[in-house]
Amino acid sequence: MIPRLPMPALVATLVFATPAFAADASIVMKNFDFAPMTATVAAGTTVTWKNEDGEPHTVVSTDGLFRSAALDQNDTFKFTFAKPGTYRYVCSIHPKMVGTIVVK
Amino acid sequence: MRDPKTRRDALKCLAAGGAGTLFTLSGGVLLPLDLADAATRRHHGTPLFVQISDSHIGFNKDANPDVAGTLAKSVALVNAMPRKPALILHTGDITHLTRPEEFDTAAQLLSGLKAGELHTTPGEHDVTDGGQAYFARFGKASDNRGYYSFDSSGVHFVALINVLNFKPGGLGALGDDQIAWLKDDLAGRSASQPVVVFAHMPLWTIYEPWGWGTADSEQAFALLRRFGSVTVLNGHIHQIVQKVEGNITFHTARSTAFPQPTAGNGPGPGPLKVDAGVLPSMLGITSIAYARHPATATLTDTTLA
Repeated sequence: MIPRLPMPALVATLVFATPAFAADASIVMKNFDFAPMTATVAAGTTVTWKNEDGEPHTVVSTDGLFRSAALDQNDTFKFTFAKPGTYRYVCSIHPKMVGTIVVK
Repeated sequence: MRDPKTRRDALKCLAAGGAGTLFTLSGGVLLPLDLADAATRRHHGTPLFVQISDSHIGFNKDANPDVAGTLAKSVALVNAMPRKPALILHTGDITHLTRPEEFDTAAQLLSGLKAGELHTTPGEHDVTDGGQAYFARFGKASDNRGYYSFDSSGVHFVALINVLNFKPGGLGALGDDQIAWLKDDLAGRSASQPVVVFAHMPLWTIYEPWGWGTADSEQAFALLRRFGSVTVLNGHIHQIVQKVEGNITFHTARSTAFPQPTAGNGPGPGPLKVDAGVLPSMLGITSIAYARHPATATLTDTTLA
């Protein structure tokens, strides 16, 4: 009988092969939430927000860096994050809705 | 119903609501009056004002596919009142998406009001661009600050703006500059002069999880409490909620566009779809009438049907 060889090396390779960051990222506004609420992206990534609620929302940077128009259902807004940092934003119509983009 | 003898009876009438609800504030308690009786009272030239709110021109979803039509009906309702109002207050969310064509349509419809001047305060839907479009049209009264005051028929009106400085956690806010201005504005005024304060978001906390409140409004009320008659008129929540606290009556108005769920009864403060036959009974305007001696404010909420 041929003994089976354990394959720990292959398993280890699979774990570390997972990409850490997306090339571009999508956020949806649904049920008065930004989803995902926190997203981590590489510098240079363009993030696209899409409103899937019947109620309009906005995407407004708390640092004054970006501000979308009022987004009706299915409207989108894009912003390209050139520099690393942590960028918080809020919906100015429903300011309980908050989100964060972490740029690495 | 019989004349209410107790505050409990008065509150039962208050809960009934509906078209043409009429309340008189007397001695700090709201007492309902029979509408027919009220209509025959002589007014001795006392002032009458109207509040319109949340017209959301540009909204086109199921809850009301024709908000321009229901605003036009609200204008017609005001024009049909037996007494012409001295002025109209619009407490904000004039537009739905801050768009120029929405402001234009709203202005066109509101110009049909056969009343005195129109005074406005913006809602958060009106200032998604930071205030540029709203102030271009309505900023003159306040030098583009959003807060201003004026007197009409002996009543002191104060317009406050609480949709530009949201606090983390979502409540509206007035900001230190506005509160400092208010202190200056009220200083030296006789406590017997009736005051009407109007702003878009509720100036008291109705439901914090949906942002229905103003974080720093207590600083404003500290300045207002010495006055004998203060009426606070707000919009934003598209339904009537009232409170009386000492000499201050708080009142939110219906929308002319669509209702919203009551606090907590839904995923968020969005449009509430009701049967087409029911919708007109959930939209409407508020009128404010004054008697002079003593200075009593009478609020009347009227629906489209």
